[in-house]
Amino acid sequence: MDALFANVDWAEIRQATLDTFLMLGGSLFASIVLGLPLGVLLFLTGKRQLLAQPLVYAVLSFVVNVLRSVPFIILLIVMIPFTVLLVGTSLGVAGAIPPLVIGTAPFFARLVENALREVDRGIIEASQAMGASTRQIVFGALLPEALPGLIAGATVTAIALVSYTAMAGVIGAGGLGDLAVRFGYQRFQTDVMVVTVVLLLVLVQVLQMLGDRLVAHFSRR
Amino acid sequence: MIEFHGIYKDYAGVRALQPIDLRIDRGEVFGVIGHSGAGKSTLLRTINLIERPSGGALRIDGEDVTALAGERLRDLRRRIGMIFQHFNLLSSKTVAQNVAFPLRLAGRPAGDIDARVRELLARVGLEAHADKYPAQLSGGQKQRVGIARALACAPTILLCDEATSALDPETTASVLHLLGELNRELGLTIVLITHEMDVIRRICDRVAVLDGGHLVETGRVADVFLHPRHPTTRRFVLEAEHVDERERRIDLAHAHGRVVRLTFRGEATYAPVLGAVARASGVDYNILAGRIDRIKDTPYGQLTIALSGGDVEQALRAFADAGVQVEEVA
Repeated sequence: MDALFANVDWAEIRQATLDTFLMLGGSLFASIVLGLPLGVLLFLTGKRQLLAQPLVYAVLSFVVNVLRSVPFIILLIVMIPFTVLLVGTSLGVAGAIPPLVIGTAPFFARLVENALREVDRGIIEASQAMGASTRQIVFGALLPEALPGLIAGATVTAIALVSYTAMAGVIGAGGLGDLAVRFGYQRFQTDVMVVTVVLLLVLVQVLQMLGDRLVAHFSRR
Repeated sequence: MIEFHGIYKDYAGVRALQPIDLRIDRGEVFGVIGHSGAGKSTLLRTINLIERPSGGALRIDGEDVTALAGERLRDLRRRIGMIFQHFNLLSSKTVAQNVAFPLRLAGRPAGDIDARVRELLARVGLEAHADKYPAQLSGGQKQRVGIARALACAPTILLCDEATSALDPETTASVLHLLGELNRELGLTIVLITHEMDVIRRICDRVAVLDGGHLVETGRVADVFLHPRHPTTRRFVLEAEHVDERERRIDLAHAHGRVVRLTFRGEATYAPVLGAVARASGVDYNILAGRIDRIKDTPYGQLTIALSGGDVEQALRAFADAGVQVEEVA
């Protein structure tokens, strides 16, 4: 066992795993907090929707598309000054979270918009006919009806974040991906590479399974 | 009372609904029939202003509501229930939560809501299904949930958007029966739209026929059903009787003698008029087509017969004297 994984420093692996979890948890939470309202706004201002505002929609949609089309590796670097301003450092877990959030919040917002569009228009009409305000329609009908779709979106976002955290190693973020690059790739320590990749793989599988279970639990169709 | 004063609706420059003047009385069951695209859905939705009319005025109980907005509009909508062809229930909520939804929107206290929901579910016969989700119910049960939900805030008007079009005939009958019951017992004014004359015949008091955005005929169901004037109305009636207009014309061409249509209504349906008149006048009659049924609660019969021999003029007078309406069929 020890011979097989001669280069592996398990304490380092444990620390890297923890860092990955922190980056993932922190940025997923922030992406949802930012992306959910943005997605709801995209939906509501869209064509023939409750607050149809072509100009607002066009601007929001453009910003989301721009952020989504910047390659994440570039975003990491471009964001450095802003990150320093925001959290005081561009290094470590704290320094990784702002670019991760800016990279995934627009992505999640799009998924939210799509999940809301999947809700039957008749539900909105029925709510209006009952005398619901737009606010009541969003919180009382749209979000509960779209919940399975929103959870599925959050799952896809979380998995995208796992691969982004690996890239964040480039700006000194730490985590499993960083370990794989620094030891596995740059020092040719294949055993470290294998261990980190297996851990990332397990993490993705667990996230997907958890997401699927939650979706099934909240689906009533 | 709902009054349309010159209400019309344009969509992107195209007039979907021509100016309409219409008055729907309190406590009546009013039907609007038309093919898809005739504008009936738009007409129905102007009543709760889900569709804003492009012009004209809408008055409900004497109040001009055309320009209502914000809280006052939502308040109006709470006084008008609505049910839908595809039910539009919240799939994420149980039956009880669906019925409670409009009450929660209106800000009623939780204790009142529970009691009211139980009462409503009992009213539509779904007490046993309170904790089920809509996906676990049949179509008829879903529509009953829709009805209970629509009644939650004790509205005076109920709008029905093709409410039975997605249901099988047996379920349709039970839902129509329930609507009739609500109309009688709660004094609920019901406005329904449909493309099936049969629905109109079974529960409506009055009917309006829409064709291409125009209101082409309005009147008491018995009058419109038995003596349709507009070609569109005539087609709907023939559809309901499962009669092919072309085949009927061929059949009539083969008949000998004077072809007339007799309409019996109410008491006249119970008397043996036809035989008595034939004996007295000496005419022979040949029944070419006929239907005996009910329009809401009124029995009626309509026979197309060919008269020959004897004194035809005397026979026609005798029919008229017996309260039977006689029309010549060309």
